[in-house]
Amino acid sequence: MNVLLLLLLISLVIAGGFLLAFFWSVRDGQFDDDYSPARRILFEGKTGSGKTKKQDN
Amino acid sequence: MQLERFSYDNTISRMFAIATITWGAVGMLLGVIAAFQLAFPVLNFSEYFPHLAFGRLRPVHTNAVIFAFVGNGIFTAVYYALPRLLKAPMWSRRLGLIHFWGWQSIIVLAALTLLMGFTTGKEYAELEWPIDILITLIWVVFGINMMGTILKRRERHLYVAIWFFLASWVTVAMLHIVNSFEMPVSLMKSYSWYAGVQDALVQWWYGHNAVAFFLTTPYLGLMYYFLPKAAGRPIYSYRLSIVHFWSLIFIYIWAGPHHLLYTALPDWAQSLGTVFSIMLILPSWGGMLNGLFTLRGAWDRVREDPVLKFFVVAVTCYGMATFEGPMMSLKNVNAISHYSDWTIAHVHIGALGWNGFLTFGMMYWLFPKMFNTPLYSRKLAGTHFWIGTLGIILYAIPMYWSAFRSYFMMKAFTPEGQLEYQFMDVVQTVMPFYVMRALGGTIYLVGVVLMIYNLWKTAKAGNFLKEEFVEVPATIAETSGPKDKFWHRVIERKPVMLLVLSLIVVGIGGLVEMVPTFLVKSNIPTIESVKPYTPLELHGRDIYLRDGCYNCHSQMIRPFRHEVVRYGEYSKAGEFVYDHPFQWGSKRTGPDLARIGGKYPDSWHFHHMYDPTSMAPGSIMPSYPYLFDSKIPVNTTASKIHAMRKMGVPYPDGYESQANEDLKVQAEQIAASLKNDKIEIAADREIIALIAYLQRLGTDIRATDIGAKEGSVQ
Repeated sequence: MNVLLLLLLISLVIAGGFLLAFFWSVRDGQFDDDYSPARRILFEGKTGSGKTKKQDN
Repeated sequence: MQLERFSYDNTISRMFAIATITWGAVGMLLGVIAAFQLAFPVLNFSEYFPHLAFGRLRPVHTNAVIFAFVGNGIFTAVYYALPRLLKAPMWSRRLGLIHFWGWQSIIVLAALTLLMGFTTGKEYAELEWPIDILITLIWVVFGINMMGTILKRRERHLYVAIWFFLASWVTVAMLHIVNSFEMPVSLMKSYSWYAGVQDALVQWWYGHNAVAFFLTTPYLGLMYYFLPKAAGRPIYSYRLSIVHFWSLIFIYIWAGPHHLLYTALPDWAQSLGTVFSIMLILPSWGGMLNGLFTLRGAWDRVREDPVLKFFVVAVTCYGMATFEGPMMSLKNVNAISHYSDWTIAHVHIGALGWNGFLTFGMMYWLFPKMFNTPLYSRKLAGTHFWIGTLGIILYAIPMYWSAFRSYFMMKAFTPEGQLEYQFMDVVQTVMPFYVMRALGGTIYLVGVVLMIYNLWKTAKAGNFLKEEFVEVPATIAETSGPKDKFWHRVIERKPVMLLVLSLIVVGIGGLVEMVPTFLVKSNIPTIESVKPYTPLELHGRDIYLRDGCYNCHSQMIRPFRHEVVRYGEYSKAGEFVYDHPFQWGSKRTGPDLARIGGKYPDSWHFHHMYDPTSMAPGSIMPSYPYLFDSKIPVNTTASKIHAMRKMGVPYPDGYESQANEDLKVQAEQIAASLKNDKIEIAADREIIALIAYLQRLGTDIRATDIGAKEGSVQ
């Protein structure tokens, strides 16, 4: 049953890695603005991928 | 403000898109064939050659749809969306080409080798070790290209889709490496380093996380980009996407044990899997709700736009499957669903609904964009949508029906206390459902064919936009965010930290090489009477692996009354310590074989393998006549024994020189017993080895009568 130890270890390492990545992203300010990213991706190029205004419907 | 002009390269995206669609059609066609093989066994063509029999074909289907179809779908999404989200071209075009051609080579090699019978015998990890190495290399190339693009980004903020792509990359790397630890015996043959229960654990830690981090998280990334783009609406709640991303990737890793409920895995590990699987409902539904609510106020557009129709059903199927899965992780539900067609139904709701429909929606959106022309036929796409939906329904419902009918039949007892139904009764009962399922799959495939036609006509009518030029401010990082210039360098360094972290995590895989040795040393047999396989039985086991018997047969009896009465004493962990790889199986299209040893005479197996219907009228099992002509490859005995010993199986030192003699003696005994039943066959044929293996199964614990009574239940 020792492989359980191995898998737990690896899973914890991965989970720990994710935790560190989370801390980095908070420090880096990735979550300071949770409004504009959703809209920013809609503004790209000129081939009609701009944001549809709410008035359109 | 300095403006920089660069271009997004659509060539690679187009290549991956075409590969996705092509392999999708191929993989689904294989699925349809496999489905019809179950309904009409003559389609195994096994009287002529062994290569297309279900046991070999099904793994080609699963590998094709997972790694060729979804795999290329992931890469299509990443190579298109990542540059646009980061306002930077893919870091290296050359790496992209290596990635593309490398991946397609892997697929071709996979198809060829699997049909030829080169398999590890572990589900969704069947590919032998040279291909495993190639997969690792190409995956690293992919990772470097992704990381490089992120490093060179002009948009400082990492949109949520990118997090999903990154997490997928890291975890898949880890999973692949750990589960692929195998001891090579020859160029195209290896044995899993883990054995028995250990192997089962690693396999399903891998298997479920492959579902999580290959089939789910990259496609969530895909959804987070393409759904808002197609709808022209921002994601409903960016905050929700952050919360559900982090909780999803934390929780998913622990759900693996739900594949091993009521097996020889320790109870606490089973419970862990169940609990985390239930918790998984919330982050999964976070994703579903986010996707669906994005369409608030745009439902009239869903009515008109096939892309949105596919996305809506895809996300809904995702929600259904991620509720059903946790339910199936409850032990009492799992008692019914495990080994049954319910698992198949569940898989295909996710695969056809979530992965399939999301891919189709993406393609219908992407092709017009890349070729700068409207979709050739909206109407045809709408037809595809309805056909595909019908296909999913006609696939899933017969499978649910079959699962429940089978369960109630399998556990039925007469008032006198006998099992009411034989296994064959169940097989005959579910045949109509197999036919319906095959039709459902065919309908789904027809929809895909319509799509291929539609997209091809679109491409022909349009002008391929090889490059899309954009102008953006030189470094957006300088103009946005509250950090001042001093932190700029620090921020730039953070992506490297991310890269390093990822590499460390993956690198742990290398460190882990030491741990299996430790595992092996502590792998003391818990049941004294359990002994290693004889050389002849080892060859027989390799035949079992080669022809994919595990695709239809399980080798794990659960502690239920109806199972113990039908199959024998329930399986103990210690019985499998020498099984490299384990063969517990996932499905009982045929009966469990854990205690088949000694149940039937050698001649029964002889006839049964030559023509299953001769011993079991109504059987849908393919025949294996080639085993009666092919000879046991005795020149490989020594290397097999050697490999096994290296992994801790206690063959005596120097046994290699004696192994073939023992093999001959045992083979001649079997040939003699066959002769007694009026069967003449040379003792060097492969069928002898297979009979030896089958007759060994489950007999060890009876050897010294260690409290194991036939039919006893705890």
